[in-house]
This record gives sequence, structure tokens and C-alpha cells, in this order.
Amino acid sequence: MPMFGLADVNSFYASCEALFRPDLRGKPVVVLSNNDGCVIARSAGAKKLGIKMGVPWFQIKSQQYSEKIYVFSSNYALYHSMSQRVMTALEEITPRVEQYSIDEMFLDLTGIDGCEAFEDFGRRLRSHVFNTTGLTVGVGMGPTKTLAKSAQWASKEYPQFKGVLALTVSNQKRTSTLLANQPVEEIWGVGRRIGKRLNLMGISTALQLANSNPKSMRDNFSVVLERTVRELNGESCIPLEELPPSKQQIVCSRSFGERITSKVAMQQALCMYATRAAEKLRGERQYCRHIGVFIRTSPHADNEVFYGNSAGEKLTVPTQDTRDIIEVAMRSLDRIWLEGKRYMKAGISLNDFTPNGVTQLSIFGEDKPRANSAQLMKVLDSINQSGLGNVWFAGQGVDTEWKMKRGMLSPAWTTCWKDIPVAHVK
Amino acid sequence: MKLHSYAQGLTQLWPPLFAPIVRVPLYADPCAAGFPSPAQDYVEKELDLNELCIRRRASTFFVRASGSSMEDLGLFDGDVMVVDRAEEANHGDIVIAEVGGEFTVKRLQLHPRLALLPMNPAYSTIYPEELQLLGVVTWFFNSTRARRR
Repeated sequence: MPMFGLADVNSFYASCEALFRPDLRGKPVVVLSNNDGCVIARSAGAKKLGIKMGVPWFQIKSQQYSEKIYVFSSNYALYHSMSQRVMTALEEITPRVEQYSIDEMFLDLTGIDGCEAFEDFGRRLRSHVFNTTGLTVGVGMGPTKTLAKSAQWASKEYPQFKGVLALTVSNQKRTSTLLANQPVEEIWGVGRRIGKRLNLMGISTALQLANSNPKSMRDNFSVVLERTVRELNGESCIPLEELPPSKQQIVCSRSFGERITSKVAMQQALCMYATRAAEKLRGERQYCRHIGVFIRTSPHADNEVFYGNSAGEKLTVPTQDTRDIIEVAMRSLDRIWLEGKRYMKAGISLNDFTPNGVTQLSIFGEDKPRANSAQLMKVLDSINQSGLGNVWFAGQGVDTEWKMKRGMLSPAWTTCWKDIPVAHVK
Repeated sequence: MKLHSYAQGLTQLWPPLFAPIVRVPLYADPCAAGFPSPAQDYVEKELDLNELCIRRRASTFFVRASGSSMEDLGLFDGDVMVVDRAEEANHGDIVIAEVGGEFTVKRLQLHPRLALLPMNPAYSTIYPEELQLLGVVTWFFNSTRARRR
């Protein structure tokens, strides 16, 4: 009988920020999305003040609150570092773990009840993660991933569970009660859009969805929803994935801090994205055979006609060389660049991967692989990863105003020597 | 810190402050002759400071010391401390404690009663209701060249 767990860090980004700021214990802390756009994380204190998820920063800035709120830009270096630590802590006492997102991990707990009760294990896990990292996880457990997720939702929603809840096959009544109280859009894989359609069909709770006909769900929605129905009934359809599937596409794109109007600035931005995407490609040990570029203006701007376009090239010789990717990107940009537009976002996509660098060179191929390409890329990567310095292509520009706005970034407490926390010898 | 000599003048030196990994070849046995026998495996494994000082990566944090009241213990202003969150804090340990909204370096007393002892005579002993620790300081590093003594 399989048993899954879902460990989810409470208010992950906000908690990471507060870890190294003892002066912020219990205070309202809020973290903003890329470009300091909107709220993507709130501490318990911020939730109490009524600050909602997704609310734009400019709205909060102007408002008065009964307490001072502490605002941070997203510090991905810090969050990634802490996420790795949580993973490691979980892996130390759990047989198999799958990282689902930066702050959620699925656990394979099959057979653990041979040694200890599931909820005892859950409490031990919570305690172990806290002692190791200082972060608190909620642990939901169930015979399927979907039920584990529902259990985790309930452990957060109802404080009497103290952050740990197990749904077992032997206690169906508890499962039914929980599902009767869970709104359908809170189920893993459902969401607001499908939730609204289900409401129109008279399905508003998880229990009602569980009692619906799986085949009719597949016909009206998708096979994904059918699987969800089966999972809610204890039939495991989604296994634990230990290794994420290898990528077949790498996209590197960003929205700009300030709109781009000059071609030179766009070329610089694309150079930077091309470089990053190529690094990731080499990290995957793959070569790509198709490179694409896309650019777009804002779809919401007043008095501006939206313009979005993309262009790309198929390569005769697969590459992972940054220079090739930049060259194709610049040529593709030439084909779609329109003057007089205010661009909001651009990106590079690398597609059609192959692990082999050398294919049959076609008789007509003008593209030859660059000499010493692999060696140069290896040196480039090792310099850039050593932390001692950075080598990049001159096309990227040095200091540019289109870079992502992150005005309230906290120090990289765990990943940069000059940023480590300070303790006073007293 | 002692200097160790192996094989005709090869000395093991403690590393500069900010090199995260140190590689020093170690001879498995001292060679009486001037060169190692090619038949022997003479390098077992390169030494890595992380192995010495970090028991568990996931619970280890680096913290910088600010202040000079622990100099007779060898801890100077600007030194890097290795702090382990998961270590059980014992009586007499040097710990990073949260006091008054900041991280402070204190000595921990568990008996006769829980107390945080100051390093600086200007500060008084704290008897906390609840102990809020970042962790135990297990190692600290200073650069011999950072200050000429």
C-alpha cells in the first residue's frame, strides 16, 4: 500500500528573509515578485494585517498599516540555498524524496508505519527540518499524492493539527470529512478556472469531486482531472519522480525594468539571455538544433498597439556554443525588430536537443562547428562558476538600466562571503 | 598552530581566510629517500578544509564576528565563525544567541542555571526565559596577515 507525504515550507520566501534578521521575529514581512511587482509571500504577521497574495506593490506602498511592514525583493540566491538545505534535511530521514517546487517536496513513506505511526514520523520530520535549517514545514500524508496535498492544506488551515496530518486507508471517515470541507479549487491540479466550471456543475467541495464519475470528468475536462478524481478516492495514478525528466527546451527571458526602445539595448539583453541559456544547455550536457527569439510590447499599455513576434533558425550542426547562439539570435532579431515600439519583454528559446555534438555534416552545410568550441566553453563556464570573476561577451553591455528592478534585496546571507550575517561579540 | 613536516621539508600550512577549499598533497608515509617510490600510491586524497570543519552542510552557516572582547580566546573582529544549527548546545559552548533583536556571540552556561555569559566585562550576564540560538560556534578562522601583531 503506497503512502505519500507532502512537506511544504510555511511562507517560504518570507521565512527565509526573517531567518537572518532576528529583529524581524513575528513582524509583518512581505516579499515582492520580479521587478518588485506584486506580493508573492507574506509572513504570519503580514497576513494578520490583511495583506493579500498578489496585491501590487504600489498599492501597499501608499497604504497605512497599524504596524510597520518590512518589504523585500525576491532574493533567489538565498531561497535556492535554503531550499537545498531543506531537501537535504528531508532526505536524511526519508527513504525517497521528489522536489516538486522550490518549497514543496513529495515523500515516499510506504512501509514507514512498520516502524512508527505516520504522524509520529511527520512530527519527527518537522522537528528535524527545523533543527537543521530554522524553517518550519507542514507535513500532509495520504495514499496518493493528491490526498497528501489535501492533507497538507488541512494541516495549514486547521491549527489543531499542529502542522502534521495523515490520511490513512483505515480511517476513511477522516478523509471524507476533510474532503467535505475542502473547496474544490484548493485540490492539487484544479485551480480557479476549472474550479469555476465545476461549481457551475454543482461541484464545490473536494468530496463532491471525489464522488463524481471519472470518465465523465475526462470527457468534460481532461485526463488530468480524471486522474485527480481517482487519486481523491485513494487510487494512486501519479508516482514519485526522483529524477526530473531531462529538458527538451530551455527558455531564458525576463520582463524589463524599464521599457526598451533602442535596438542596441535589445541586442544587449538578448546577448545576456543567450549566454545564460547556453550555460544551462551545457549544464544539461545537450546540444540544440533550433534557436528562437521573441520580443513583445505590453498588452495592457494605453495608446499602444500591442506588438509581439518571434523568429528562429534551425541549425544543420547542433551547438552548445554561446557564440553560435548569439549569432542566430542577432540575425533573428533583425527580422522582427520594429522601431518606435516600447518593448516590455524578450527571450531566447533553445529547442530540439541532442546529446551528440556531431551529426552528419551535410554536403551543403556552410556551418562548421567552431574550432576549439568545447574548450572555450569549458573555460568560460569554469571561470563563471568559480565565483572569482565573470567573463561575458561584449555584446551584453556592462551596466544597463533594463536589468530587473530589485530595490529591496537582502544580502546573500549564505552564498556570498561579503554578505554573511554579523554577530556582535558582547 | 603547529607546523607539520613531511618528507623533506614539505610543510602543511593553514590556509588564507577566504579560500573555501584547500588542497595540500599528503604523503601517506614519510620517505627516507629523496623521492617517493613509483610503486607506491603516495597521494591518498587531497585535504579539504570543509571535511575538517563542516559536520553537516545543511545546518552549517558562516557568521562574521564583530567586536574585540574575545581576543584572548583568539577570536578577532572580522573573523569568520562556523556555526552549526543542529549541534546540541553544551555547557561552556560558544554560541550565537539572538539578544535584543541582534545576533550576539556568548558563552553558554547550563548549570546551575541557564545563562548567556558576556565576553565583554561591560555587558552583564543574561538569564533568558527561552534560548534563541542560531547555533553553536564550532570553528573560527582568522588571517594571520590581516593584522600585524
